[in-house]
Amino acid sequence: MSAQIGDQTAPAAVTETARRTGVGPGAPQRHDDLPPTRRRRRRANGRPVWEEDPHPVGLGLKGVVLALVVLVVAFPLYTVVVTSFSTQAETLRAGGLVVIPGELTLEAYRQILSGGVVTRAAVVSVGITVVGTALSMLVSVLAAYGLSRPGSLLHTPLLFVFLITMFFSAGLIPSYLLVSGLGLIDSYWALILPTAVSAFNILILRNFFMGIDNAILDAARIDGAGEWRILLRIVMPLSGAVLAVVALFYGVGYFNAFFNAVLYINDNAKWPLQLVLRSYVLQGASLPGGADPGQAASGAVAGMPIKMAVVVLATVPILLVYPFVQRHFTKGVIFGAIKG
Amino acid sequence: MSAPTTTPGQGNPTPEAPAATPGPPAARRRTLATRWRRDRALVLMTLPAIALLAVFAYLPMLGNIAAFQYYSPYSGFFNSPFVGLDNFARVFTNPAFLNAVLNTLMITAFQLVFFFPVPIALALLLNSVISPRVRVFIQSVVYLPHFFSWVLVVTIFQQILGGAGLISQTLRENGYSGFDLMTNPDTFLLLITLQAVWKDAGWGIIIFLAALSTVDPALHEAAASDGAGRWRRMWHITLPALRPVVILLLILRLGDSLTVGFEQLILQRDAVGAEVSEVVDTFVYYQGVVYGDWSFAAAAGLAKGLVSLVLVLGANKLAHVFGEAGVYQR
Repeated sequence: MSAQIGDQTAPAAVTETARRTGVGPGAPQRHDDLPPTRRRRRRANGRPVWEEDPHPVGLGLKGVVLALVVLVVAFPLYTVVVTSFSTQAETLRAGGLVVIPGELTLEAYRQILSGGVVTRAAVVSVGITVVGTALSMLVSVLAAYGLSRPGSLLHTPLLFVFLITMFFSAGLIPSYLLVSGLGLIDSYWALILPTAVSAFNILILRNFFMGIDNAILDAARIDGAGEWRILLRIVMPLSGAVLAVVALFYGVGYFNAFFNAVLYINDNAKWPLQLVLRSYVLQGASLPGGADPGQAASGAVAGMPIKMAVVVLATVPILLVYPFVQRHFTKGVIFGAIKG
Repeated sequence: MSAPTTTPGQGNPTPEAPAATPGPPAARRRTLATRWRRDRALVLMTLPAIALLAVFAYLPMLGNIAAFQYYSPYSGFFNSPFVGLDNFARVFTNPAFLNAVLNTLMITAFQLVFFFPVPIALALLLNSVISPRVRVFIQSVVYLPHFFSWVLVVTIFQQILGGAGLISQTLRENGYSGFDLMTNPDTFLLLITLQAVWKDAGWGIIIFLAALSTVDPALHEAAASDGAGRWRRMWHITLPALRPVVILLLILRLGDSLTVGFEQLILQRDAVGAEVSEVVDTFVYYQGVVYGDWSFAAAAGLAKGLVSLVLVLGANKLAHVFGEAGVYQR
């Protein structure tokens, strides 16, 4: 494997090799990453000189398809958000989801966030996500670094311990019997510990760590740094992108986990947000103490803004983190996925 | 793309692994004690994760003993009577189980045809967009649903495509009759595939885009100056670049044939009925956790796990036969 380290500190030579071989963080993602000599040979419309002009019909068709794709994803989200900010009367007039914003209000959010079921569930979900992600990242980064040096003592057997779990899983019933046998039913730990270690995520981290230039690590070793210090002071600072992406994977996993909670949490008071979403929004049970009782009596669409506000609430943590991590996707994921 | 290390059979068991640690020649004669002194920090670092796996991944594997017993929670593993392969016989003659297997395979086959190509097509389309800003915008929009939970996705579909959903509502207002895709067993296959496409097709393109980005533009340039048109270049340069990734993902999907969106299906099982929506995983859940027939469910689950293992190893073997790298190399 050629020596590679994070972009920000990559010596020109490394990036150059990577670009020529098309592998590693310095590899060109697109034509526009090429050095200026190449870029100058483009025409005004951004196409290289050798490429024929696209047929106008083809170009138009492509635009329409891409616009449609974006619309199909974005439109449902848009109506959900608009509905959550609408008044009850507005949703009744629209007969459900509101497409064209009319009378807007924050009432739905005031109701679900003023204590009660939804607020408590949101706190539970965020708590599990934060604690779980912290624990997962701690053990995963350690394991990934421990496994990042082929030829070290017990390297292959230890690696196999992780790989086997990717090919064979014990199954639902024994896992359930174990968790209940450990007395973790109705404990939040049941939502964290069984999914705390993902071999796949560890491999992503490990591949990134293995790409770090050995010369740097050797230099540190000669200066007397132990493995712990190397991990903390050299490897971690160079791995920001992949750490962010893997933390997002773990975090989203914990926040979205729904079935584990069905299995292990019987006590309604401990429900995470996904279960509340299922019961009160998807299955349409009325929200105790959330919705105004007068509204709840007025038919199927009653409490529509409140339901949609719960939906929005369930996406907010993801939307908050997403923009910061999104730009690292290519580097972080590809490194693990393709190279792995 | 041929990665030298992550996979079984690749890690060199001997300390003289040539590529990774170019140590001094003396390193070859290191004793176990010196290697332990050198590497103990690395071994220690893996222990927390291994401890968690030991308890929550490996210990339950032993729990599959229940599949060979008449397990009862009151007697536990040690006092429940052993019955050999009785449970497996019950499983394989159970019509509901066979129906679940059939549904699972139908969903896998349907999605292989109607889901699998979508990200590839999208990636090719997106790759041809010149403006980086437009490309990044589209990417950030289509990646997003991957990070939503299944509860959320099903809820959104219900609001848009359900009986009281936006589209039905609009149709009714304009004098047409509405429809309810969410509770119709006949269109269930279509519905779950639509949901899968909406949620994950966008995310799926990331790996194909990465493969496309490794294509040297000089290849395209050379082909173009030799007179190859747009489609010829696509056929001879772009698609071959995607081939290893496509095969890799195909293998993973085939190996996972018996695993289809568990959370997605269990959320919608009640709405359309078990007849069309019961898959192996939901069958195991209902028989075991809901109805309490632990041994029967464990046998079904274990059978599924073993068949899946065979499938993934077999698919990988197949890839090697065709000269592709596969998931791991031997």
